[in-house]
Amino acid sequence: MSKLTPKEVLLNPLFNNNPIALQILGICSALAVTTNLNTALVMSIALTLVTGFSNLFVSLIRAQIPSSIRMIVQVVIIASLVIVVDQTLKAFAYSLSKQLSVFVGLIITNCIVMGRAEGFAMQNPPFLSFLDGIGNGLGYSAVLIAVGFVRELFGAGKLFGVTILQPVTEGGWYQPNGLLLLPPSAFFLIGFLIWGLREWKREQIEENQFKMAPQVRKEAF
Amino acid sequence: MSNKESTSRTLMVALAVSLVSSIFVAGAAVSLKPLQQQNKLLDKQRSIAAIAGMGGEGLSGAQIRALFGDTIKARLVDLEAGVFVQEGPDPVTFDPLKAAKDPQQSVSLSNAEDIASIKRRERLTTVYVVEGEQGGIETLILPIRGYGLWSTLHGFMALEGDLNTVVGLGFYQHAETPGLGGEVDNPRWRGQWEGKRMFDAQGNLAVQVVKGGVDPQSAAAIHQVDALAGATLTSNGVDNLLKFWLGEQGFGPFLAKLRAKEA
Repeated sequence: MSKLTPKEVLLNPLFNNNPIALQILGICSALAVTTNLNTALVMSIALTLVTGFSNLFVSLIRAQIPSSIRMIVQVVIIASLVIVVDQTLKAFAYSLSKQLSVFVGLIITNCIVMGRAEGFAMQNPPFLSFLDGIGNGLGYSAVLIAVGFVRELFGAGKLFGVTILQPVTEGGWYQPNGLLLLPPSAFFLIGFLIWGLREWKREQIEENQFKMAPQVRKEAF
Repeated sequence: MSNKESTSRTLMVALAVSLVSSIFVAGAAVSLKPLQQQNKLLDKQRSIAAIAGMGGEGLSGAQIRALFGDTIKARLVDLEAGVFVQEGPDPVTFDPLKAAKDPQQSVSLSNAEDIASIKRRERLTTVYVVEGEQGGIETLILPIRGYGLWSTLHGFMALEGDLNTVVGLGFYQHAETPGLGGEVDNPRWRGQWEGKRMFDAQGNLAVQVVKGGVDPQSAAAIHQVDALAGATLTSNGVDNLLKFWLGEQGFGPFLAKLRAKEA
């Protein structure tokens, strides 16, 4: 493996190797918390911190972890960090933690965290692993915030809870697009994002895994 | 150094990791608990203040505490007897929802009685009273809850001193569809409740959530509120839960005694 520079490790996951757009990880929470920017932002910060620190701790003790229980050890570390984040949110940002409800707890099962711990932190030194965690967290954040921006602006006419487009129900002119507040819309938006990203960085386009065979047999009529 | 993959080594690592993590987690949970409980109480009090039309969202924590220290008083009510309970648990810390789950402190509701689909109803509950300058009740704030489409809606309604006219109604916790049933939080919809009368001149329960819009000309309009567009089941839920909590199984006996000044 070629030598990794800290800058590459930190910035690659933003566009070149984005956890949502290229690795297709962490989609579940991306659908659930992006109806407004407040929750998307808090979720991004929470996930970035958890990924960063779980990578750091896993990497610190990577030489000690027996391979038979390595995943369990990773999950224990991740779960502890997530509980602490959840408790802290409940103590200092109560209304936001109420909106995020179970999704902070579900960071434990977020594939990005586990994926980076297993895929990067087990082989690399602590500092690089920490940066890789933060970088992947930022990549996730970038997608969440982009999706949250579109969903909140066109779904509710607001940004960060401040009304930008006055909706009809409150005496304005804007007819909010209710679909954007429902989970499927996030799928569409992430799809468009991936499409756009792959048009820009064409090396991300995957080879077809199979080819459609041309139809040769004549159908009997 | 012993082999990293040996059984004893594996057990040791597992133990050490668990121990360190549990100390870390327990430490955080215990040290943050007082703050969390304070937040929870404050959040509930803030929604009560908002529903009673005394500010709410904009108020700071200190203002809310002052409001609940001086103006808004928590009182316990025995729902069956319909009277204030003078002795018993502290009304500030009493949790009616917990009581509703405890067979000792609640009654089971039959299907016919249980129009709000809450299954069990607590015997004692907390109401909030704002006293007028000459004594007597200026605003009475009642907890209400019932099933909508996906979730139980938890809220409060505030009544004026005549125990009939609504000051405000709102839900602080629910999980209805955003944009449809979730519009129970919409300030415009909630604003409709203001000034509506729950009971007719004969004292019968008359409140109704109606589909297709309230006809302002009709005599019943003072008791009626528009249903939410596209959210029939949530609207029915609100209608049912009001009928339950203002009826015989809910605060009916208490309101009757209060009117007769016997509570």
